[in-house]
Amino acid sequence: MTTAVLFDNVSRHFGIVRAVDRVNLSIAEGEFFAMLGPSGSGKTTCLRLMAGFEQPTGGHIEIFGETAEGVPPYRRSVNTVFQDYALFPHLSILDNVAYGLMVKGIGREERRKAAEDALAMVKLPGYGTRRPGQLSGGQRQRVALARALVNKPKVLLLDEPLGALDLKLREQMQEELKSLQKSLGITFVFVTHDQGEALSMADRIAVFNDGRIQQLGSPEDVYNRPKTRFVADFVGSSNVLSADLCRRLGLKAAFASLRPEAVAIAPPHNGALSLSGTVASQSFLGATNRIVVDVEGARIAVASPATQGFPPIGSAVTISFAARDLYPMDDA
Amino acid sequence: MTILAERVILPERRSTAGRLSDFFWRHPHVLLALLLGPPLLWLGVVYLGSLFALLLQSFFSIDDFSGLINYEFTLATYRQLLSDTHLDIIIRTVSMAAIVTFVSALIAFPIAYYAARYARGKWKALFYLAVMLPLWSSYLVKIYAWKLILAKEGILTWFFEKLNLLWLLEAWLTLPVVGGNSLSVSYTGTFIVFVYVWMPFMILPIQAALERVPANLIEASWDLGGTPAQTFRYVLFPLALPGIVAGSIFTFSLTLGDYIIPQIVGSSRLFIGQAVYAQQGTAGNIPLAAAFTVVPIVIMGAYLWMAKRMGAFDAL
Repeated sequence: MTTAVLFDNVSRHFGIVRAVDRVNLSIAEGEFFAMLGPSGSGKTTCLRLMAGFEQPTGGHIEIFGETAEGVPPYRRSVNTVFQDYALFPHLSILDNVAYGLMVKGIGREERRKAAEDALAMVKLPGYGTRRPGQLSGGQRQRVALARALVNKPKVLLLDEPLGALDLKLREQMQEELKSLQKSLGITFVFVTHDQGEALSMADRIAVFNDGRIQQLGSPEDVYNRPKTRFVADFVGSSNVLSADLCRRLGLKAAFASLRPEAVAIAPPHNGALSLSGTVASQSFLGATNRIVVDVEGARIAVASPATQGFPPIGSAVTISFAARDLYPMDDA
Repeated sequence: MTILAERVILPERRSTAGRLSDFFWRHPHVLLALLLGPPLLWLGVVYLGSLFALLLQSFFSIDDFSGLINYEFTLATYRQLLSDTHLDIIIRTVSMAAIVTFVSALIAFPIAYYAARYARGKWKALFYLAVMLPLWSSYLVKIYAWKLILAKEGILTWFFEKLNLLWLLEAWLTLPVVGGNSLSVSYTGTFIVFVYVWMPFMILPIQAALERVPANLIEASWDLGGTPAQTFRYVLFPLALPGIVAGSIFTFSLTLGDYIIPQIVGSSRLFIGQAVYAQQGTAGNIPLAAAFTVVPIVIMGAYLWMAKRMGAFDAL
């Protein structure tokens, strides 16, 4: 398989700030790759390094086997969907979409046709004559996507493109993006701080914190087998059990992660592990209830089905979980 | 509990100011009318009214024999305006204004671009100071200073001499139209002073327009394959155009109407402003002076209409 993007020990420092610090990654052609992390974790800077808006202060970047350092953005077959779309306000939607073809010197008629096809692909046919200001956020997002895809990029970079959309629209766009990526076969690199988005869409996820990759793996890997405490906490707000608690449960590890949905408020059976504590707080989340149980000062969140109802706050409960759901981590 | 939270609705204030603010809150249009009324009255009646009265004068004519104004509607004054000598003045002024505007925009753009994109903190303050400082000193002082700089014995000649480039200056001065005895009595000199004096009026609107161009539009253009030149042509320039047009309205109309600069620095040939000054003063030909003032108004109107047609305000 061809490597689409390769980062070899790449750093981008701004003065003393290490926005990206010795990052290694390799994205395969046709992959849907997500870079997940909180703001300021370096994921967007990584994307900008791929686009060419930033130059690395150390390390080596390759795009489809070619050195990318010192190559300006306009000489890269890489296109970006910007966080706030960055549509040209003075151009019509059609001219926005056709911009990439126009600057490459493609004839008026040909680029108009290509732009209309691209607009049809993102389900906005006939919107060409409007201005960006006349479109809703979701429509602008689609235009930004069409404007990037019309250039048939080798790699499409998406910088939190769904961040400004409401939940319903976001879910719909997630599905559409995924199927678009499948049908086009273009490498997608997606930056997000929304772990749900990353888990549901990506083939592989790189979890960023403090300019470094904390873990790189499949969504299942990252979710079920977090390598560090940060990953456990950030990806799906897992419970992190201290060494003390681990020892009591017969596990030799510095920390262990335990998913809220792997825990039940019930006595143990079939050799499951159990702990007892008191109910500290609870909240209704729709499909599930989130119940926080205080186990000798450690707070363990439990996701229990909403059908089970709430135990009263302060009541003593027993929580149980299978031993295999307790995942040891060495790193803090 | 604080004292504020004791009542849901606070009691009405009994003072005049208190009652007045409640009243204005309920009737915001009254406040607007009060605030806008006096200036609108001034603009509408005193300013526009007198301007209109002046324009009306241009449709009267002067009796050549008695020098009295003949208050009958006629286009004779306009016919007079379009005679060769007067047309010459108009063409000279409009050409000067056009060249001054074009060169001002050319010089102002990079300065404004630097200030909008790169200058931060104290550099930005320094930029504003540098642009505004010339406006703090008297206009007349600046023009006389330029007269000395441009004079034959002035520092500029001295500078060219030191650089062994005096031949270049002299070659320029031998050129027809733009040349003359020295820079201070040539159109070149008039042009230099115009550009210098109006420069802040060009820089500031362009800078304001560029400041409103989001940086990621430039990046988007690069990303889509636009070279820096293409990015300038298709993104940066169109978005800065309202600022350039705003700046050019200043430089263009100020040059059209100015009568002091060409009088102090330049050849003795008249500009529109000087013609108006001469016609309404010594010559006492108010109708012709009025007709001359119509010229810049018509030109600016046509210019704005054209700018709008070209889409200069689309990005507003």
